[in-house]
Amino acid sequence: MSKNLLNKVWDLHTVDQLSTGQDQLFIGLHLIHEVTSPQAFQMLEERGLQVLYPERTLATVDHIVPTADQSRPFDDPLAEEMMRALEQNTRKHGITFYHLGTEHQGIVHIVGPELGATQPGMTIACGDSHTSTHGAFGSIAFGIGTSQIRDVLATQCMAVTRPEVRRVQVDGLLGPGVYAKDIILRIIADLGVKGGIGYAYEFGGSTIDALSMEGRMTICNMSIEGGARVGYVNPDATTYDYIKGREYAPKAAVFETAVQYWQSVASGPDAEYDDRYELDATTLEPMVTWGINPGQAIGVSQTMPRLASLPDSLRDVAKSAYEHMGFAEAAPIEGTPIDVAFIGSCTNARLSDLREAARVVEGRSVASGVRAFVVPGSKQVARQAEAEGLPQVFERAGFQWRGAGCSMCLAMNPDKLNGREICASSSNRNFIGRQGSPTGRTLLMSPAMVAAAALNGRVTDVRSITPASAA
Amino acid sequence: MVKQGEKVRVVSGTAVVVRGNEIDTDRIIPARYLKVVTFDGLGEFAFRDVRFAQDGSQLDHPFNRPEHQGARVLIVNKNFGCGSSREHAPQALLRWGIHAIVGESFAEIFAGNCNALGVPAVRVSEADVERLMSIVEADPSMTVDVDVDAREVRAGGLRVSASIADEIRESLVTGVWDSTAALLANRERIAETVSNLPYMSGFSA
Repeated sequence: MSKNLLNKVWDLHTVDQLSTGQDQLFIGLHLIHEVTSPQAFQMLEERGLQVLYPERTLATVDHIVPTADQSRPFDDPLAEEMMRALEQNTRKHGITFYHLGTEHQGIVHIVGPELGATQPGMTIACGDSHTSTHGAFGSIAFGIGTSQIRDVLATQCMAVTRPEVRRVQVDGLLGPGVYAKDIILRIIADLGVKGGIGYAYEFGGSTIDALSMEGRMTICNMSIEGGARVGYVNPDATTYDYIKGREYAPKAAVFETAVQYWQSVASGPDAEYDDRYELDATTLEPMVTWGINPGQAIGVSQTMPRLASLPDSLRDVAKSAYEHMGFAEAAPIEGTPIDVAFIGSCTNARLSDLREAARVVEGRSVASGVRAFVVPGSKQVARQAEAEGLPQVFERAGFQWRGAGCSMCLAMNPDKLNGREICASSSNRNFIGRQGSPTGRTLLMSPAMVAAAALNGRVTDVRSITPASAA
Repeated sequence: MVKQGEKVRVVSGTAVVVRGNEIDTDRIIPARYLKVVTFDGLGEFAFRDVRFAQDGSQLDHPFNRPEHQGARVLIVNKNFGCGSSREHAPQALLRWGIHAIVGESFAEIFAGNCNALGVPAVRVSEADVERLMSIVEADPSMTVDVDVDAREVRAGGLRVSASIADEIRESLVTGVWDSTAALLANRERIAETVSNLPYMSGFSA
């Protein structure tokens, strides 16, 4: 038996064991954004500390940026204040900032990989729970709080306990209209929203091997929704091809040396795990959430569960979910009317997501009364989509095409649900109030499924609309 | 606030019960209150959308009840603090007055954030959570002791065992839950680690 990737990377980055028994882990890449960093910089000031490795931190702005009108100053004075704080902090400490005036602004978890800054065998931290996204490259990536951001800024390290590793084995071909989003929603539904506490999830198997980097990012992104703070995929040729030539990628002369390092940290075939879970991907259909956490998801052809059929541990939350959503037990999810269709977020706003959604809506129209919009995850994604004419496809169908940002995933910007609106959303959380209205309702699904719902004004099996292929 | 370096051995005080599994950090503090550059003043936004209706009127929530004002211990159920990594959530609870949390289980990032603030989040069994909740609901003036050192929670005549990771307990009782100083003390070993990481030299060493 040999060490898995997590343990290899962990050992390489362990500086010391602290008096508490926690590990002092060196962080190779630190990503920051406007929401969770200002207080950390304030704490540094109060303690008279400097940023130890300013070149290992990259900043961008995503949560608070308006997606309709991005001109400065922002209409919202609080958003403008946060923007200014990040501008000042990055300038003062010599940190590279991909601000709105640059070609690389966007959601931090989309920007890091597209810059080539996210690489295998690295430890990565960011003050955002979806930092697990970067694990798609074979890095160990943690969401952290603001006090830990302070630690990483001041020491490039964090105090942390090593997790156990659960191998999540996914094999088989995906059917048409079934995507990475459906795989991860199925895994969370099976293992539960707290099933991953204390674990890192290692995703592998023939289905994961066949996914693009974008699909792998979608899966790792939502590890945290299953309770696993860290999720990763072992690096392979798909990973190396993606990184090659990007701004922060190892230069051509040393690229092979880098690949050797990356291969050396991958889990071998005889790697040891603390737990295993297996999923047959051929059984998957498009998934849709019906409740108030990402684990409350079913196949689009299925009916919502009866409370009596659920284990005790899930019944209370299911009951709260029915109260909030206003749905009936045993009702089908397909056909549920929607008011809003949102394609965006760090989970599903990359080029392949927009292409798949565009394929569904091309030549068709959004149902009357549905507010539909597409928010590319980064300026680079927007540029690539423009080069392919995707904005026109969406706009002709009745979608609005917006500027890059987190948008309605968490409603810290003008994009919000109103009242009890129901939103078909390609984002990652259907928590009560998440999309900005305390009574608003969210149905999570793949971007292609959101597109299908937008066209019919109700939850629709995307396979009935277009002969989609499992891209 | 807990003072930097303070040894957190026992947290005592009255308690407040917030029932329900999977209470996420969006519910603990909705995202619109994150548009701040300081944590000061977040206390009033703790559980905002379940404490107040949209017209601003008060709803019936434990955090609004007069008998729970001044409570220092929060008692919760399963997977408390799941979702967003926002430290604003434990910051809001702490600034409202909560200095220790007792629950069946906690989301990992939330638990880490609590620890970084010197706020113990200790786990007790489902049955013991129910016992503690019943005691506090029956008598809100009851003092609850969260004894990190002895790994137990006491209320009235009840004494239940509590679990907390060894390293978290150690960091609290020895007052090193704020880790910056300890991490910074290892400057030389940090440099040594860096020298062994091929990517830190651009793979050219």
